Amino acid sequence: MTGARQPRRYSAGPGSGARLRAFGLVTPLLLFVGVTFIAPLVTMLVRSVHDPVVADALPETVSLLHDWNGEGLPPEPVYAAAARELNQAREDRTLGQVAGRVNRVQSGMRSVFTRTARALEDIEAGPWRDVFSGINEAWNDPATWHAIKSTGQRFTARHYLNAVDMQRLPDGSVTRQPEERRIYLRLFWRTLLVSSAITFLCLLLGYPIAHLIAQAPPRRANLLLVLVLVPFWTSLLVRTTAWIVLLQTQGVINDLLVTLGLIGDDGRLAMIYNMTGTIVAMTHVLLPFMVLPLYSVMRTIPRDHMNAAASLGATPRQAFLRVYWPQSLPGVGAGSLLVFILAIGFYITPALVGGSDGQLISGMIAYHMQTSLNWGLAGALGGVLLLGVLVLYVLYDRLVGVERMGLS
Amino acid sequence: MTEGIHVEFDGVSKSYDGRTLVVEDLNLRIRTGEFVTLLGPSGSGKTTILMMLAGFQAPTAGEIRLEGRPIQNLPARKRGIGMVFQNYALFPHMTVGGNLAFPLEVRGLAPDECRERVDRALRLVRLEGFADRRPGQLSGGQQQRVAIARALVFEPSLVLMDEPLGALDRSLREEMQYEIRRIHQTLGVTVVYVTHDQQEAMVMSDRIAVLRGGVVEQIAAPEGLYEEPERAFVASFIGENNRLHGRVTRLLDGDVCEVETGGERVRALRVVECAEGDEVTLSIRPERIAIDPEEGRYTNEVTAVVVDMTFLGDHLRIRLSACGRRDFIVTIPNVLGHGGLLVGDTVRLGWTVSDCRALNHERGTE
Repeated sequence: MTGARQPRRYSAGPGSGARLRAFGLVTPLLLFVGVTFIAPLVTMLVRSVHDPVVADALPETVSLLHDWNGEGLPPEPVYAAAARELNQAREDRTLGQVAGRVNRVQSGMRSVFTRTARALEDIEAGPWRDVFSGINEAWNDPATWHAIKSTGQRFTARHYLNAVDMQRLPDGSVTRQPEERRIYLRLFWRTLLVSSAITFLCLLLGYPIAHLIAQAPPRRANLLLVLVLVPFWTSLLVRTTAWIVLLQTQGVINDLLVTLGLIGDDGRLAMIYNMTGTIVAMTHVLLPFMVLPLYSVMRTIPRDHMNAAASLGATPRQAFLRVYWPQSLPGVGAGSLLVFILAIGFYITPALVGGSDGQLISGMIAYHMQTSLNWGLAGALGGVLLLGVLVLYVLYDRLVGVERMGLS
Repeated sequence: MTEGIHVEFDGVSKSYDGRTLVVEDLNLRIRTGEFVTLLGPSGSGKTTILMMLAGFQAPTAGEIRLEGRPIQNLPARKRGIGMVFQNYALFPHMTVGGNLAFPLEVRGLAPDECRERVDRALRLVRLEGFADRRPGQLSGGQQQRVAIARALVFEPSLVLMDEPLGALDRSLREEMQYEIRRIHQTLGVTVVYVTHDQQEAMVMSDRIAVLRGGVVEQIAAPEGLYEEPERAFVASFIGENNRLHGRVTRLLDGDVCEVETGGERVRALRVVECAEGDEVTLSIRPERIAIDPEEGRYTNEVTAVVVDMTFLGDHLRIRLSACGRRDFIVTIPNVLGHGGLLVGDTVRLGWTVSDCRALNHERGTE
């Protein structure tokens, strides 16, 4: 009896050995995520605020400019330092990069820098202010020096200001960009609107499908799910180009409409390489992301709820609005959030079928990454986008509650 | 003719696939204020009958009338029938009060009136003060009460219940059985109740319709079903009985016949129409059999050997070998202990003619 009365020993969960082994198993994943996701993200975000090129190439000029009060032209020592360091930069072959950076703040600077550096090669002594003004008129403009001073900062909010169509004036105040240079906020706004429209369309198209699948007997439900997933398994490129085939001016739909006599041959509709193309193709591409969470939530709504509502005297409309719809809301939230966040950063489809006015912010980020090579601005645009998504997520969490979201 | 008749099934049949009938030629009349239970094993069509009455399924043939009016073309929401579902079907996103107010709100009642009626319904099921809870915060029994209150709150004259107590544990089930009975007696509504639990049916019902394979085998008050089963299936489904397979050897006066079973000749009440030589099933309740009775007291007497005995608290269950069977059951109340019986004893068994009913022969029951 005494033996039976002793407290039973329970194992206190996995021991430290097992825990170590478990950690070892997830280490490759952690490394993978670190290398392919976190590291690039951090790099881009750092680049958006950190730019040492000018400060490294013209250290003395920048530090002397730092002490300059900003009124009129800078004193002679600044010119002397600039002459020495521009020469050095030319020899180090970093002049191009420096000129490019300054050029972004003050256009026309690229040629001024290269020409000045080449001219300085043969000049031994000052007074440097006269030498500079002799080489190029631009050096008599305080704006040039302000540009060097501003790009000489290692850490800068310039890219972020730029990304939201703001600029810092030489006196340090922040104002909006001149009218013709305000492009990013409009693009962000357009991206937001288009993503909302796509989310709404996906909901409109996906809700009945998800409902149909959730109500169907198991075998048919599986078949329907496969049909939803087939596009999912098809290459994004194939799906997008399929829309080109369908929607282009000489495409299937236009041909059909002309054959039916609904439109004249000269009145073919422009349905692609514009916003329409972007919306149609993206709605199609993102539809499964709406259907799947909706389906997983709808499947859990007991079938007899609609019968119960009917027996209690509700019309089908009332039963849907007051019994079915509220219970499907977690799925609506999950699907919408998923589609919206994917749409906001979508690149391939708008790039292929968006033409010029169907571009979203992603296209601009790609442009700064690949063409203008202004990675700082690309990083800042990406940072703003990331912040926007996070804000939306937090808002959603406050309003609906993420734990209520039917993703699982 | 329809005076006092609330629900009437007239030749109602239902088939899902067009070939097999789930319900076959159902004729059933339920009086106003009556508590009728549809009792049967799964697949007997009892839920289908309820669904047709509620309006979720349409009969393939026949007519259902509510207070004399055919309701085929009346959608469920206009039938004004309260329904309690098997899994309650409470709306989880609404509070208890919201669930109860739902049928009132869709009828366009004023908020004050809604609140008053909801309170009254909650009092009826003894859940005062639960209006602001969510169904998920309630126990199974409380959810059940809410489901009943919701089916009653819009004051229907007919309430349907589809195995409402199936998900509850045993003691709660018994409590709820009396609760439902009390509510029925308080409100005087007509109740059609579906269950596969014969005891549940016995406790609550005015009349029980025993169903099998879509056909009503017998409809009667609980006592009637137990004491005077008309079909072998009913006899075995309601309570325990000894079923003896035999052949009629002689027809006697007063609806009595002589049946030869397992080498014994016994006299039985002729419930089924039969002639000499017909096969019948004899049904004898185990508690109606006397062990070692006075000589000549019972018409039927056979000898038996005790095979084993089980003590079940309030009664003893004795298995004997008799009439050619080794599973002849006799139960005796635990008044005198086991009465000195031992396994292997040879005893005489006796029973009256009226406790031995000759019913239709059931194939495959031997």
